[in-house]
Amino acid sequence: MKILVPVKRVPDPATTIRVLPDGSGIATDNVKWVINPFDEIAIEEALRIKEKQASSEVVLVSVGQTTWQEQLRTGLAMGADRAILVKADNALDPLAIARVIAKVAETEKPELIILGKQAIDDDSNQAGQMIAEMLGWPQATFASKIEFGDKCSVVREVDGGLETIAFPLPAVITTDLRLNEPRYASLPGIMKARKKPLSEIAVDSLGVDLTPKLKVKTLKAPEKRQAGRKLGSVQELVAALHTEAKVI
Amino acid sequence: MGDVLVFAEHKHGNFPKSTLVAINAGLEMARKRSGNCIAVVTSDSCDALAGEIAKYGVSKVIAVEDARLANYLADANAQALAGLVRSAGAETILATATAMGKDLMPRIAARLNAPMASEIVAINDDGTLIRPMYAGNALATVELDGPVRVVTVRGTAFDAAAATGSAASVEKVKPEFDAAGLKMEFVAFNEIKSDRPQLTEAKIIVSGGRGMKSGENFKTVLEPLVDEMGAAMGASRAAVDAGFVPNDLQVGQTGKVVAPELYVAVGISGAIQHLAGMKDSKTIVAINKDEEAPIFSVADFGLVADLFKAVPEMTEEVKKLKH
Repeated sequence: MKILVPVKRVPDPATTIRVLPDGSGIATDNVKWVINPFDEIAIEEALRIKEKQASSEVVLVSVGQTTWQEQLRTGLAMGADRAILVKADNALDPLAIARVIAKVAETEKPELIILGKQAIDDDSNQAGQMIAEMLGWPQATFASKIEFGDKCSVVREVDGGLETIAFPLPAVITTDLRLNEPRYASLPGIMKARKKPLSEIAVDSLGVDLTPKLKVKTLKAPEKRQAGRKLGSVQELVAALHTEAKVI
Repeated sequence: MGDVLVFAEHKHGNFPKSTLVAINAGLEMARKRSGNCIAVVTSDSCDALAGEIAKYGVSKVIAVEDARLANYLADANAQALAGLVRSAGAETILATATAMGKDLMPRIAARLNAPMASEIVAINDDGTLIRPMYAGNALATVELDGPVRVVTVRGTAFDAAAATGSAASVEKVKPEFDAAGLKMEFVAFNEIKSDRPQLTEAKIIVSGGRGMKSGENFKTVLEPLVDEMGAAMGASRAAVDAGFVPNDLQVGQTGKVVAPELYVAVGISGAIQHLAGMKDSKTIVAINKDEEAPIFSVADFGLVADLFKAVPEMTEEVKKLKH
């Protein structure tokens, strides 16, 4: 099975995010860049599928700047077979990203596209679903369990419980937190990764419409909550909730 | 023009609060875009549902009825709704960012080649929208460029629509499907049944974190407090990952976003990703034995204490209040 894993480079989740004074973006001087945690889960799942199914190939694809090679190498070090960097100097909106990935999929012809349910920087949660629609494929979002048989069967984390759906491949699956726990890249893996193919294509060469339609005009920091206070006992707490906050 | 279609999600023959929130947001959007707000119901049997949602102030209800819409599936719903946006000439299609809304709306957007803004918290008069980014550490003002726009709204950011006392008309349509494009099959829904209020609708939420140490402790220590307060129970990601409680209880950036009257965080350290899911609560209480825990920075009332002593004590104190 050929599995295509779109990978996004994002600020480490532990980063303290600071909005720039002019609202044009966030400060990046203190940012450590990592693979989007949900995409890491996707890479891990792809590797587990490869371990179970002979003649499988895991191909990573990123749409970004040259610096994103760092994250692709990490994915290769985890065990992916090869990587594609679609070089784009400007950030693209989810619709454009989806078009790019769908175009790459038309050439690569994977049986499965698996990616994170959302990127933890913009929290859009759109790309996977858009890719599925553009390719005319089934989608299974927020996957917590994936099984292959006559059809692919996925358990999804939804409101109120767990839903199971089934569909034939090829398909798009987006990962949720409990799908798996990603492995660390081993030292041998890191050494091997240097020799694995990492190709670059210019995004313009794909011939898809990249015109931004979702535009971020400005950012601002949210209002800070007023500081509260620490109380000395449970009795004080319950009294405060009853008489001050009047919530119980 | 500027008409707004609102996807009216339903479950077990009822509309959850999240749908009434979508209706209200749709009404506001329609006002600001000088258009009509139209509710859309998809099902294999729409009459009762359509009749019900018609009471909430919309101009019209469109009931999309077909056997293939009996159980929710993304591909069938995306086909039906995208077709409807086109035939109705609507400018915006909107839903609440529930699991269903998040699953469906981007697929509709792609089918319509329309841009989408996820989980907006405000609609500006000039047509721009506000949405959180970076786990709520930034609020972005965004613009959607297109003849058609797709929007999901955060369920805690708008009030629920109220019944107006009159009912709009219902138009029933039969969708045209591209059968070859329908490949998904519903297999089962394993519902977690609870007598407690829904997390996303509760006035009071008591959440447990890694400090609870076990699922058993959730039952014996936390649940008595939850039930004494008539609350919903939530959890941090750490507690869910550790297997203490089901995933359905997770509050946070990648779980549920809540904004109740009162949020009590027990044994929760307060990671950014958890705060993203609850920092808009009206009153926040934190109980944690670590006085440096970040949760105290957002708590209105903090108690540095061993939760295994403090929570049972609190359950007793709350019980006394009632007598």
